[in-house]
Amino acid sequence: MTVATPKMLGQPIKRREDPRLITGSSTYVDDLQLPGLAHLIFVRSPHGHARVNGIDTAAALGVPGVLAVLTAKDLEGSTTGPLPYEFAFDPFSDVKNMERGPLATDKVRYVGDPVAAVIAETRYAARDAAALVEVDYEPLPAAVVDPEAGLAPGAPLLYEEFGTNLGHTQDRKVGDPDAAFANAERVVKLRVVNQRVFAVAMETRGCVTDWRPGRPGDSGELTMWSSTQIPHGLKTKLAVLLGVPENKVRVIAPEVGGGFGNKVDVSPEETLAAIAAMRLSRPVKWSETRSENFQAAMQGRGQVDIVEAAITGDGRVTAIHVDAICDIGGYYQYLSPLMGMLTGMMMPGPYDIPNIHFTLKGVLTNKTPVGAYRGAGRPEATYLLECLMDKIGHELGKDPAEIRRINFIPPEKFPYSNGLGANYDTGEYVKALDKALEVSGYRQLREEQQTARAQGKLMGIGLAAYVEICGFGPWESATVRVEPSGKVMVHTGTSPHGQGTETSMAQIVADSLGVGIDDIVVLHGDTAMTQSGIGTFGSRSAAVGGGAMVMAVDQVRDKAVRIAAHLLEAAPDDVERSNGTFAVRGAAGKAVTLGEIAAAAYGGNVPTGDEPGLESTRFFKPDDSVFPFGVHVAVVDIDPDTGRVTLRRFIAVDDVGNVINPLLLDGQRHGGIVQGVAQALCEEVVYDESGQLVSGTLNDYSVPTAHMMPMFELDRTVTTTDRNPLGVKGVGEAGTIGSTPTLRSAVVDALLPLGIQDFDMPATSVRVWKAIRAASGSNGQA
Amino acid sequence: MPRMILACTVNDEPVEALIQPYQTLLDVLRDTIGLTGTKEGCGTGDCGACTVHLDGQPVCSCLVLAMQARGRAVRTIEGLAEGDALHPLQDAFVRFGAAQCGFCIPGVLMSAAALLAENPSPTEEEIRYGIAGNLCRCTGYTKMVDAISEVAGAAGGKA
Ligand code: FES
Ligand code: FES
Repeated sequence: MTVATPKMLGQPIKRREDPRLITGSSTYVDDLQLPGLAHLIFVRSPHGHARVNGIDTAAALGVPGVLAVLTAKDLEGSTTGPLPYEFAFDPFSDVKNMERGPLATDKVRYVGDPVAAVIAETRYAARDAAALVEVDYEPLPAAVVDPEAGLAPGAPLLYEEFGTNLGHTQDRKVGDPDAAFANAERVVKLRVVNQRVFAVAMETRGCVTDWRPGRPGDSGELTMWSSTQIPHGLKTKLAVLLGVPENKVRVIAPEVGGGFGNKVDVSPEETLAAIAAMRLSRPVKWSETRSENFQAAMQGRGQVDIVEAAITGDGRVTAIHVDAICDIGGYYQYLSPLMGMLTGMMMPGPYDIPNIHFTLKGVLTNKTPVGAYRGAGRPEATYLLECLMDKIGHELGKDPAEIRRINFIPPEKFPYSNGLGANYDTGEYVKALDKALEVSGYRQLREEQQTARAQGKLMGIGLAAYVEICGFGPWESATVRVEPSGKVMVHTGTSPHGQGTETSMAQIVADSLGVGIDDIVVLHGDTAMTQSGIGTFGSRSAAVGGGAMVMAVDQVRDKAVRIAAHLLEAAPDDVERSNGTFAVRGAAGKAVTLGEIAAAAYGGNVPTGDEPGLESTRFFKPDDSVFPFGVHVAVVDIDPDTGRVTLRRFIAVDDVGNVINPLLLDGQRHGGIVQGVAQALCEEVVYDESGQLVSGTLNDYSVPTAHMMPMFELDRTVTTTDRNPLGVKGVGEAGTIGSTPTLRSAVVDALLPLGIQDFDMPATSVRVWKAIRAASGSNGQA
Repeated sequence: MPRMILACTVNDEPVEALIQPYQTLLDVLRDTIGLTGTKEGCGTGDCGACTVHLDGQPVCSCLVLAMQARGRAVRTIEGLAEGDALHPLQDAFVRFGAAQCGFCIPGVLMSAAALLAENPSPTEEEIRYGIAGNLCRCTGYTKMVDAISEVAGAAGGKA
């Protein structure tokens, strides 16, 4: 077969999602209205750590329009077991067993912990009533806020029954780190803090739940529209949790306003909303407020890393020892235990480090549970490694680019197993580094910096390399159906929420079938409509979902060719696609359209051995993950009087393998970079020592706005992979993983002339100003 | 509380609605009038997702009581296009791929449209400040700024 229509793959095709988005005509969860819709509001703990001695709901129940007020006591028997959390796929043997229900029982463990739920005819009535729920709290002294302090003997306990705040541990070794340290020419030590951040999807969480009660001999039916990244997983877990047969549960992710890992969850709130709908036999809507989102949606990062590296005299790392202390929060929530584990799995990053010792302590603290956030564990690994590379450069007086260069895994060592379960596919790290140096004009920048420093200016050039593991399986699915008229309907098991997957999947299908992109519709996120799927997270849609799409569409195309041959009385090998038809090679005018083929397929006019119809569902299970990589460079200027950091330039060279759509790709990179930059420059979740959330509004938590960011300079190298049919690696998280350490590197580089080598994020004016004052010997306490 | 009658125009159409005096313009647009294109991202004036035009001026509709719109002209994202013809900003947003999840986009478009109405040829910096009240978590703003710049260049000529 030859392909005569212009290739869609690799082209900047306009997003097929946009017409509905730019006109405000799409439907997000909170836009849904159902007849008889009731509204759910949670009553949440104002304390970080307190005993709950009783709850009085009488006044709340007296508010006109209130339908029910639920507390943990009312929920007995509503669920078949505790809320699920996952740790199954790693050798953690000691993750504590936690019996958490949708509402707190005898104790609250973070500000925002849900203790009661009010359901009323209107949002206003529900809110008024929620304010009248009387909870008798007995605040417990000294909430555990700092995870290291939480491990100290005598620290207050979140769970008395555990006798410790240590939730889980890991201890992993590669090679012989002890011998390497014993023989080290030099040892470099540092301690880095990867502060907690909020995901801040612009659409908060929420769901609408509808329950059709059963009849004798027939179970009821549950439908949930949820702002989720994993509709299929949510369906399965809810079915188990609520004891409803899975084929009577339907989960729909409508338009979802951003996720960033935060909506990979089976949350207490979704569970409670379902229970409420089942109790009342009415549809129930829960729309999270922004302040609830800050308090109760899972937070990202939260890791302290104590790092030691054995190095040679010229800066080669021969061994690394990392103790990671992970700040889990008050409960395990869905993926909480996995974050630190992913850090451990990527411990050597892009560097050829033969000896590794990684330990992890997951500590329960009086804070919101952590979960996945753009990168999930891999940014933490990259950050500590890049801080280490900078520090080695400083100690040896060497250029940071050169330290990285001599430590990179060389291309001939791929596929490269890092000994911790990650088996890197391909990588050309020096190529990416050289390109980044060239595109940024690194040498000139260093010259410019010399001049600037001579004038007393604080100019910093930051650099960081990264490799990430992504495209997690275990599988993804796709269905391609040519309708009887020749129009094409496609279902993907992924669940996009901004990635543009409807566009990229349509490109794959258009190329294979030779149809116009406008003849293809891509559907997703409705478990009743779509074959089973996994969802969208961990930069997996193109690598795994795209692989399934290729398999499905190619199977449909092959059948279309056979039917065309049958209709044209030719051999299948003589049929080629040309200009939107299937034609017999060399026989002018002997051609059929896909519509004619489909009409035959559904008319039963198919060759012997073929079934009627023209559709295929396939599941793709990649053999292993994929490993995008890159090098980022940032240039900052710091005002020595105010500590203000200005990001002047940001250069990103990413290698994500083959590219399906550069328009989508660059959008993912821009957004990812800004989120990573924001962690380095301005974002930080702050709790006070009593566990009170201090940064709980958009006024107190600095999400970057347009005037804070420069234009980004993007370039790429292309190193493909053979781990999926498209040779793609994934781009969703790359920008975030690379940009945080790059910015931190730039800030430290700017401050180096003042003798500052260590600096913990975020580089807000105040913190930088204090560091400058402290370094120059004056009183840094303003 | 006794309900009140709100009479105003929304997207050039006269509207009468029976509402509670404490309801915000955002809630009335979304829940009473059924125009859900305007989004709530915070309800406290911090994110700009709820931006609409009130007598041509951009406002956070979550901070405006609906009754404050009495006798005035409200324009929402649903009224930005003229019939089937997209507003040039909408068209540019599609060509540049400026949207991702789309949640912030109605607010950004309304802010940008108000900016261009007031200043047809803004500089890049003026554009960035013009949409600084609109938070977007997905896009890093780059393509939005490009798209608005292009429309400004085409509309404003060489200013
Ligand atoms: S919803 Fe009005 S500013 Fe955020
Ligand atoms: S496109 Fe998602 S918040 Fe802007």
